[in-house]
Amino acid sequence: MTMTLQATAKPVVAAKRGQRSRAASFGLHAVLVVASVIAVFPVFWVLVTSFKPDERAIEPSPQLVNNSSLDNYVDVVSGAEGSFGYWFANSVLIALLTTVIAVFLSATTGYAVSRFRFPGSRPLLVSFLVVQMFPFAVLIVPLFNVLLALGLQGTSIGLVLVYCTTAVPFCTYMLKGYFDTIPTDIDESGRVDGLSPFGVFWRLVLPLARPGLAVTAFYAFLTAWGEVAFASAFLSAEDTSKTLAVGLQVFVQQNRVEWGHLAAASILVAIPAVIVFYLVQRFLVAGLAAGAVKG
Amino acid sequence: MRASIGRYWYAYAMVLPVVVVIAVLVLYPLVQGVYFTFTDINESTIANPVLDREASYEFVGLRNYLNVLSGDASFGAFWATLLRTVIWTGTCVVLTYGTGLGLALLLNRPMRLRGLYRVLLILPWAVPAFISAFAWKYMFNSQYGIINQLLGSLGLPQPVWLGQSDLALVAVIIVNVWLGVPFMMVALLGGLQSIPADLYEAAEVDGATPWQRFREVTLPGLRSVSSTVVLLGVIWTFNMFPVIYLVAGQNPNTRILVTYAFERFFSGASRDYAVASTYGVLILSVLLVFASFYRRALRRQGELV
Repeated sequence: MTMTLQATAKPVVAAKRGQRSRAASFGLHAVLVVASVIAVFPVFWVLVTSFKPDERAIEPSPQLVNNSSLDNYVDVVSGAEGSFGYWFANSVLIALLTTVIAVFLSATTGYAVSRFRFPGSRPLLVSFLVVQMFPFAVLIVPLFNVLLALGLQGTSIGLVLVYCTTAVPFCTYMLKGYFDTIPTDIDESGRVDGLSPFGVFWRLVLPLARPGLAVTAFYAFLTAWGEVAFASAFLSAEDTSKTLAVGLQVFVQQNRVEWGHLAAASILVAIPAVIVFYLVQRFLVAGLAAGAVKG
Repeated sequence: MRASIGRYWYAYAMVLPVVVVIAVLVLYPLVQGVYFTFTDINESTIANPVLDREASYEFVGLRNYLNVLSGDASFGAFWATLLRTVIWTGTCVVLTYGTGLGLALLLNRPMRLRGLYRVLLILPWAVPAFISAFAWKYMFNSQYGIINQLLGSLGLPQPVWLGQSDLALVAVIIVNVWLGVPFMMVALLGGLQSIPADLYEAAEVDGATPWQRFREVTLPGLRSVSSTVVLLGVIWTFNMFPVIYLVAGQNPNTRILVTYAFERFFSGASRDYAVASTYGVLILSVLLVFASFYRRALRRQGELV
């Protein structure tokens, strides 16, 4: 679908390239270079800071290199500064579980609302949009209460369930849009060949929806990986049960300003997220366009 | 009813898990949360099976709402905070959408290094928001932050960004716009690529200027994507908690409705769950009212979300 759109866009493109003046071309690149620098700089600056000792990181005239070394990374990974290993393991576990559950649930639901006009499908879709609007503030107390009652308060599983409530509605919406772009002829021919509705979904439609699934998985993963409010409120105060988003805050509390260590830990945290992101980013435009246009 | 279950049983089977999850973890808590707003629930009256303690909170009628809506400072100065939340949301969404659209238009042109620009411009989205929040907090520091260093070298004043003034709000808006632009850009780029090229050709044949082509072809073509991303942007920004909490901390100058609710839930002396819930319900009401007006406005233009 998007492939054909891009293909049709190409000819105009080629015609226009010759027309653009040198000044316009310079302006175009200048704006994009400035924007790119602004986009990249904070991350670059964290990288630079991650090699500086804590006391050099707070010197009034910042420099690129200042007694830089890998010491901060060694401290963080070895656990000399904070329980980084535990935080990392907790975050990976929680983010992966959330991703698997959210993608599975939203795929089946997205497919059902995309293909079958069953009674109740419309209200269901609207309710997903409304759920997007729920501020955590309205749910935080009762969820706390529910988790207490279920004995899940302070556990990773409890947090995974909470994250699914944010991730699933949005993912369903996006996947519904994606499934809408897959022709129903495929389903029909599958049924003619003797597949059950579930078989059609599992063997034919899911493989075709891979780009959409990738975007969805990415969204669910990052939702869980970077969430702060619920994780601060629901995980126990023990250092070893925190996620990264909560744990890293200890580096910058009032009487402890360890920017060097914080930066090193941040880089280690950002790497998996950035890798996941760029693995799926080529699907992003396709998936988002499908979700947003047809949503 | 039975006929529809028989006919669509597999659809219902596919939807069932989500409905159960949403019911247990969203609808039931929502109902309970609304109920809590009429009680005096707090840390010492909530049921706690770990401590083997029964719930002892009591029904107090509309007291929480009256307290909050009175705008009293000890209950978060509701109206002033609402105004700040609206300013914060409006500014962030306008700037994010405008910048995102501008960059999407530039990126939609054929040029060298297009792929590289795209990869670089998406980076703020790829990095977890809490990491970026720390990075900006560091850069905004008044003594050793790179931003003041830069301003100083240009001969400009070097203000205390994250102190007790409205500059703190400016700072968190900058951070949030930086974070939000890539989503808008990617979504709008997708929208631009779905506009059929022959529309532009036809407009060009008819002698339309670039500005006319933008107004008559591009903007209408983007309307459906725009209406969705603006609505999502408003909802997300209105409820944006981590950026403000991590960059500015509990600063009354950057306090919006959600951050205050969290303050009441988490860090007040008594952990007042009832007031936190009341804020939650009020936030939800504001958003629902906004969304219904928004949909009505779109419908009037013949565009349904």
